[in-house]
Amino acid sequence: MRKFDTKVQHLKYKVLREVARDAWNGTLAMSALDIPKRIVPGKTPTMRCCVYKERAILAERVKIAMGWDKENPNVIEVIDIACDECPVGGYEVTESCRGCLAHRCEDVCPKGAISFDSHQKAHIDKTKCVNCGACAKVCPYTAINNHKRPCEAACKVKAISPGADLSATIDNSKCIACGACVYQCPFGAITDKSYIVDVIDILKHSQGGSAYKVYAIVAPSVSSQFTYAKLGQVVSGIKALGFHTAIEAALGADMVAYAESRELVEKGILTSSCCPAFVDYIRKQFPQLEQYISHNLSPMATIAKYIKEQDPACKTVFIGPCTAKKMEFRRPEVAPYIDSVITFEELQALFDSRDIDITSMEENVMDNASYYGRIFARCGGLSDAVREGLKEQGREDFEVRSASCDGIEECRIALLKLSRGLQNANFIEGMACVGGCIGGAGCLTHGEKNKAEVDKYGKLAHEKTISDAISVLK
Amino acid sequence: MKVTVCIGSSCHLKGSRQVVETLHALIEEHQLTGRVELAGTFCMGNCQSGVCVRRDGELFSVTPETARHFFETEILPVL
Repeated sequence: MRKFDTKVQHLKYKVLREVARDAWNGTLAMSALDIPKRIVPGKTPTMRCCVYKERAILAERVKIAMGWDKENPNVIEVIDIACDECPVGGYEVTESCRGCLAHRCEDVCPKGAISFDSHQKAHIDKTKCVNCGACAKVCPYTAINNHKRPCEAACKVKAISPGADLSATIDNSKCIACGACVYQCPFGAITDKSYIVDVIDILKHSQGGSAYKVYAIVAPSVSSQFTYAKLGQVVSGIKALGFHTAIEAALGADMVAYAESRELVEKGILTSSCCPAFVDYIRKQFPQLEQYISHNLSPMATIAKYIKEQDPACKTVFIGPCTAKKMEFRRPEVAPYIDSVITFEELQALFDSRDIDITSMEENVMDNASYYGRIFARCGGLSDAVREGLKEQGREDFEVRSASCDGIEECRIALLKLSRGLQNANFIEGMACVGGCIGGAGCLTHGEKNKAEVDKYGKLAHEKTISDAISVLK
Repeated sequence: MKVTVCIGSSCHLKGSRQVVETLHALIEEHQLTGRVELAGTFCMGNCQSGVCVRRDGELFSVTPETARHFFETEILPVL
């Protein structure tokens, strides 16, 4: 049974699990300092130069798992002592260069940056090189490598650069908290702040639901997660943690699809509201396009608003694949409806902190949304849903020309076209993660089959149309 | 009078949408829109006897088939 993609995720999970365990016991304030030694007990280092550095880094991880540093408004943080300060040399010729005669690298270089020594081995003049990568593509020995930091390569908004001490630094004015760097850093030096201690607090004070009820709002990408168990068992596990019930965020997606399709007809051009990182990207990089951002709350906030209207005393926790949701729920227009946000990684840690083995539990049901609400989790789903929303409202005359973009690079191209009046599409569905939410940084696993899982899950929905799914809410 | 229908997953699968639709239509038909408030809630914690319906604090078990009967015996006479 493999729960995670990488060992970095596993390490992060162990810290979260221990922090959660102590938080349930009410001993965290006393024991937080002991957690690093619990995880690295011996004298032989397994990750770093010595156990003391391992523990020092773990101490930082414990702090982040407890939601520190409160002064940094960003949920994405660098653990500077964990950063390996990877080389930032750009394109470099390696030992694999055989000093061939063809010199394709030289021919293809647009800047004349490549020269050869007496052994015919290639050298790149860094003052001329523009890092286009053409030489690396043509080398028959793949002898030219791009030494780029994985975090910087992952960050498509260019928010990461080496700081004065060479460790990675995040520019908060550019960062959209998508978490791509969190998942890509091989040393686990960039990580997302956790609110599990807050969530445990909320659950404990609910006194089993007698003081107030706690609702879990679960993202539809859950269908591609916890693959070692059945979805119904995940729902049972959520209830066993003390949540009153689990509700599909996809029902909020149904509500949004209905409203957003109307808004599209009114405005003529619209960009989607559900991905907080995409919305933040527009605000930060294309402020002139802000007028096109849908005024609808995201599916998470929309369903939470409905729940709070019915049960004003309750608390709501969103559980999803997304680190950017941890930023979104603190925005003033969302804060009244969502009390906290955790990821699937953190949900796994919560289960294990209570020794809840979901594989041995009976299956519970979670079925609120329609097919269309559920497929929001993958790229293209929202556009399908908006089209369906118009159809169900008798507006088939309105032509939806959608641009479904996943990954910030695709989003950027679509937004650039829109800003220059060259965009043929009238609806831009933007998702910061490649593949959509199923590629989110807070997912336990990221797989090729995930899109099929989401569609399969969508087809299982009890309600087949958006109108039917949301009719109970009126 | 407030009538709350459970729209949690379990009751939803047992037909809470149909119950809501039936009650909604009957309330309109009897011109009781101002007097009977129809609301939804997620899970009343009584899943085995769904679809759960609460009328002013009292719990009832209703199905799409018995929704009309429920309206005639538990809502109309009490108004």
